[in-house]
Amino acid sequence: MFAYILRRLWQMVPTLFGVMLLLFVLFNWVGGDPSYILAGKSFSADTLANIRHQLGLDQSLPQQFLIFVRQVLTLDFGISWSTQQPVAEILASRIGPSLTLALPMLLVSLLLSVIIAAIVAYVRGSLTDRIVTLICTLAMSVSALVYIIAGQYWLAHKLGWFPILGWSDSLATNLWYYIPLPLLLGLVVSLAPDIRFYRSCFIEEMGHDYVRTARAKGLSERTIMLKHVMRNALIPVVTSLMMSLPYLFLGALLLERFFGIPGMGNEVLNAVDRSDFPVIKAITIYVALATMLFNLLADIVYKLIDPRVQLK
Amino acid sequence: MTNHTPLLAADAACPASRSLWQLGWQRLRRDRIGLAALWVVAAFVLLALAGWLGLAGSHWRHEVAKPNTPPALFKHYGPATVELTAADIDAAQQHHTSTADASAATGMSAEDDPLAADMAAAQAAAAKTAPASTAVPPHDGSLVCGSDSRGRDVLQKVIQGTATSLLVGLSGALLAMLIGTVLGALSGYFGRRVDDLLMWFYSVFTSVPDMLLLLAFSAVMSRGIDTVIMVMALTSWTGTYRLMRAEFMKHKCREYVQAADAIGASHRSRMFRHILPNVTHLLLVQFSLLTVALIKYEAILSFLGFGVGVTQTSWGAMLAEAPAELLQGYWWQMAAVTLCMSLLVTAFSMLTDSLRDALDPKVQ
Repeated sequence: MFAYILRRLWQMVPTLFGVMLLLFVLFNWVGGDPSYILAGKSFSADTLANIRHQLGLDQSLPQQFLIFVRQVLTLDFGISWSTQQPVAEILASRIGPSLTLALPMLLVSLLLSVIIAAIVAYVRGSLTDRIVTLICTLAMSVSALVYIIAGQYWLAHKLGWFPILGWSDSLATNLWYYIPLPLLLGLVVSLAPDIRFYRSCFIEEMGHDYVRTARAKGLSERTIMLKHVMRNALIPVVTSLMMSLPYLFLGALLLERFFGIPGMGNEVLNAVDRSDFPVIKAITIYVALATMLFNLLADIVYKLIDPRVQLK
Repeated sequence: MTNHTPLLAADAACPASRSLWQLGWQRLRRDRIGLAALWVVAAFVLLALAGWLGLAGSHWRHEVAKPNTPPALFKHYGPATVELTAADIDAAQQHHTSTADASAATGMSAEDDPLAADMAAAQAAAAKTAPASTAVPPHDGSLVCGSDSRGRDVLQKVIQGTATSLLVGLSGALLAMLIGTVLGALSGYFGRRVDDLLMWFYSVFTSVPDMLLLLAFSAVMSRGIDTVIMVMALTSWTGTYRLMRAEFMKHKCREYVQAADAIGASHRSRMFRHILPNVTHLLLVQFSLLTVALIKYEAILSFLGFGVGVTQTSWGAMLAEAPAELLQGYWWQMAAVTLCMSLLVTAFSMLTDSLRDALDPKVQ
């Protein structure tokens, strides 16, 4: 196990190098010379030369790449081009709001979708099953944008049940006052595909021989579903859940944008809007790192909950 | 040549064997839902074709009606708009040209206001050209889908938006499939070093979430349909790559490929003339999955302002106007786009499911 983890960690090095290379190609080569953006309206040859020197743009491309590698290794991405704050400081202040929305959303969505999927899978083929499947198919066809626009308009503006948007400094106010509507809309968007996927997991497990054996032993349907089927059906569920964890750090991009939540997703959009390359680069590196680590974690958890799995 | 005749005679004796495509088409035709979905998708593609060729929706930039005219069927459900006639506008303009009014607005006397002379001249010039621009728009209040905040026909916009979104979805998916198939074929067929290199490339692209990658690409590139298509293709080839890599690995050891090797077929010929036709049915399913995903991504990108340019329209760009319109009670633009998009996405997903069943060689 230990050797496996070490080997996997070692394999991350070339991948991280690749991500750095990709970002470097994108932002230093395709992106062009950013010093004109930075210089603003009144620039002279001196200011331009000064900025180019500060960013290291007057050095050769390999040297610039080395600067970027050093930034990644020390996790110090310099200062933001638009606000002049240190990038690390910006990101540290953004992660909290993102998690405040994304964590409860993940938990509630997981709980609801697993329960509904289990029920629907149990009564497979019945009218309830067909109606739920139909609703899921229809719900998945509507763009997430429409749910958010319509939800914000009807529930917050027209009916006044929720605040339209906003954020405060206290966690309790955020959770009770500002989070419920984005949470609800996020659920509406994520439930349908989740239920469909989990339902197929359950149905696949219910066709196995061990379920028939359990029935033959005279176990109650409840025990069969909760103790036998659930345990096995949850294996793919846990894996897909682990894979979705890196997205927690990215936050719910659209929801944060609509509801003015100052999280990572909002920061990415602002950075793209303002061509704030250091912030985009930093967030991409962090998210890539998180993705790789959680993929490894997913494989380990997979091994722990399913002893049949052999780690290679 | 003479050798072939007995073979043909033997063929005629036993029932003609049909290809996977013929069988698939036969199964799809029996699947009523799949067939209906196919017709809907075909209708959308035709509509989009008409949009690209300029046969329909080409007048979407024209201001044909009063701003925010409700759809013809719901004439009385829209919010009441104040009807301004040309006479009202003229009166208002005459009122404003008096210098006394201008000084009241700025809180300065005409002598102190450095812009007073310029403003008066500008207003006089505007008054002169105004009658020409306030010509009554042709068909008023008879638009099927109503008009937007600038008086443009929503129906025309939706057709144009459908054309743009489908163009982005279809060609983005096609390009992504091309990249994914070629890289996947190389990787799966040659294995070893080539596979290691391409797998590294793949792991780099999959370690960054799709949306973030899309945003990073669009941060450094300009806006426009061609850019969006390119960005989508560059970020979404990974799924196809993985699928094709596995398929080529499986197929390269099969006997028919060994036979092809024995008759001296080159690597390229074995890869693309022998193996590829045997996996195309998987590519077709992958293609329709990818198209739906890209249409959804395009809507989000354009909504955020990182998609199509400002002179073009698409479903996402139209939805971007929706929040402001909705606040004033103008719901029809959003309803039209939502209806169109849901119909296409549902039909496409159902078609994908039916295709998957119809083209599965294991099903008899």
